[in-house]
Amino acid sequence: MKETAGDRAVHTVTIAILAFFSLSVAYPLIYVLSSSFSSADAINSGAVRLLPVDANVDAYQTILDSSFLMVGLRNSILYAVGGALLGTALTLLAGYALSRADLPFRRFLTFFFLIPTLLTAGIIPTYMVVRQLGLLDTPWAVILPGAMSVFNMIITRTFYQITVPRELLEAARMDGANDLQFFVRMALPLSKSIIAVNMLFYGIAQWNGWFNAFLYLSDPALHPLQLVLREILAQSSVDPSQLGGGDVTEIIRRKELFDRLKYAVIVVAMIPPLLVYPLVQRHFVKGALIGSLK
Amino acid sequence: MTTTSGPARSELSQPLSPARMRRKASWAGIRRSWQLYLLLLPPFAYAVTFLYGPLFGLQIAFKDFSVVRGILGSPWVGFDHVVRFLQSYEFWNVLKNTVLLSAYELLALFPLPIVLALMLNTVRWRRYRKAVQLITYAPHFISTVVVVGIIIMLFSTTGGVVNDLIELAGGQRIDFLATGTWRHTYVWSGAWQTLGFSAIIYLAALSSVDPELYEAARVDGAGVLRRIWYIDIPTIMPVMVTLLILNMGSVLSVGFEKVLLMQNPLNLSVSEVIDTYAYRVAFMSSIPQFSYASAVGLFKSVIGLGMLLLANWLARRVAKESLF
Repeated sequence: MKETAGDRAVHTVTIAILAFFSLSVAYPLIYVLSSSFSSADAINSGAVRLLPVDANVDAYQTILDSSFLMVGLRNSILYAVGGALLGTALTLLAGYALSRADLPFRRFLTFFFLIPTLLTAGIIPTYMVVRQLGLLDTPWAVILPGAMSVFNMIITRTFYQITVPRELLEAARMDGANDLQFFVRMALPLSKSIIAVNMLFYGIAQWNGWFNAFLYLSDPALHPLQLVLREILAQSSVDPSQLGGGDVTEIIRRKELFDRLKYAVIVVAMIPPLLVYPLVQRHFVKGALIGSLK
Repeated sequence: MTTTSGPARSELSQPLSPARMRRKASWAGIRRSWQLYLLLLPPFAYAVTFLYGPLFGLQIAFKDFSVVRGILGSPWVGFDHVVRFLQSYEFWNVLKNTVLLSAYELLALFPLPIVLALMLNTVRWRRYRKAVQLITYAPHFISTVVVVGIIIMLFSTTGGVVNDLIELAGGQRIDFLATGTWRHTYVWSGAWQTLGFSAIIYLAALSSVDPELYEAARVDGAGVLRRIWYIDIPTIMPVMVTLLILNMGSVLSVGFEKVLLMQNPLNLSVSEVIDTYAYRVAFMSSIPQFSYASAVGLFKSVIGLGMLLLANWLARRVAKESLF
């Protein structure tokens, strides 16, 4: 069937608007990427518009050479892996158990997990719990609070309700399998996709997080990359000529260093999530679908 | 924004499970299910410690908390801290900033993902559609620190590419983090970051439309716009109402981390919101005021819950749609 002239006009305008929107989303990212490969002179003189000018990898070399950035990188990887493993484990356990229609008090237990999402306690009471447990200035302060997302748990529960049919459980029971055996041998092998989604979700969340570290960790040797980046940005926005006091030369030196590598640090901090999210993109749509199903 | 819609909807409207497989909530049933409870134990312990522990500690909002006496030993003072917050000279400014910022955010960021989803849904060139989605989802996965870093660098008055372009076009350099423009920068950088991803839930709802319905409408002579109006909008209406209700519930919760990162001493008069105020009195003042800060946080949570219930009630009355 042929399109009418009006439809064709609407389609053309739509395509154009979407193209414009995509370009304006992509441009800042491309600009940062190009700047990270450009010389400091080219950036400061405003010569970088789209592509790198005087292309070089000096900034990345500087990152490799600076111990505090490498420590931050190492901590970020540690927290991301730890958070992904722990969060996924908790989510699968709760999601599976609550998916079982024959679990006594199932509705009550589900509500038990849901209530804190309606009334949140806030930063200060959470801080007091972390302090009470003696977790301040340990990696656990970053990994444990917020280790499990109740939203992910519900998605996972719905996943099990859909993909593990009751007949399978009944058949396994006939063969003498108990609940633990069924979970390990039947349910887990069926949940590869939900495991992948959870791992990436928690991994990205930990990689991107900075506030827990900011609040709970005073030791710079434990700081993740995002927090280091935040400090670099705060430093580089300070005008050294405004500062009095003894260490002006040191401040100027650091500022120059930061100016040179801040684009590269931003790239390092944002690349891992950008590399992995296309892998799980379709699962997000599925998740949104499950969430909107009754 | 959209993240809590799933659990609330799927849980609350679910029918009771079939009786066939249901173990009775009797001692025998509980004992037979001990292995399932064993699986549930670690997440349960997590929830008790890190979700309910803070809720228990929230009582210090009504106490004069001292570290020496602990949570339970500190004396009760009733609503003193809440009253002190309501009477403090910062109260009206902080409340105004919070409401203005989140209302602006809601007005700008609620309709746009709908428009984007409706537009994407009309594109029949699949690869183009996938490409647009892939690109516009990307900023959602970037950390707040990086996003604010990009804002600071690209919009800087000295050497920022945006201001260079403005000057090139003959305009005046603009300080995008100053009081006059701070809210616009906050909201529209949020649009940049979340728009593409927020459209997902609407696209998911739109994918449920039977293609034959569009065909039939076309045969009857309905153009694209009419098809959107009579088919697409009614399809996504329940999702729209749900998200609107949830957004109303978070009307006092602005993106705390982003606001904190975008604050500087010069824009504090417009950028100080309830959350950052509570954070400041708890951790930045010379005498940490944990009780007072908790009361401020609780005030926000309770108003938010009240707004959620109010919006839900309104939606049920007006649109015959609701969460609960």
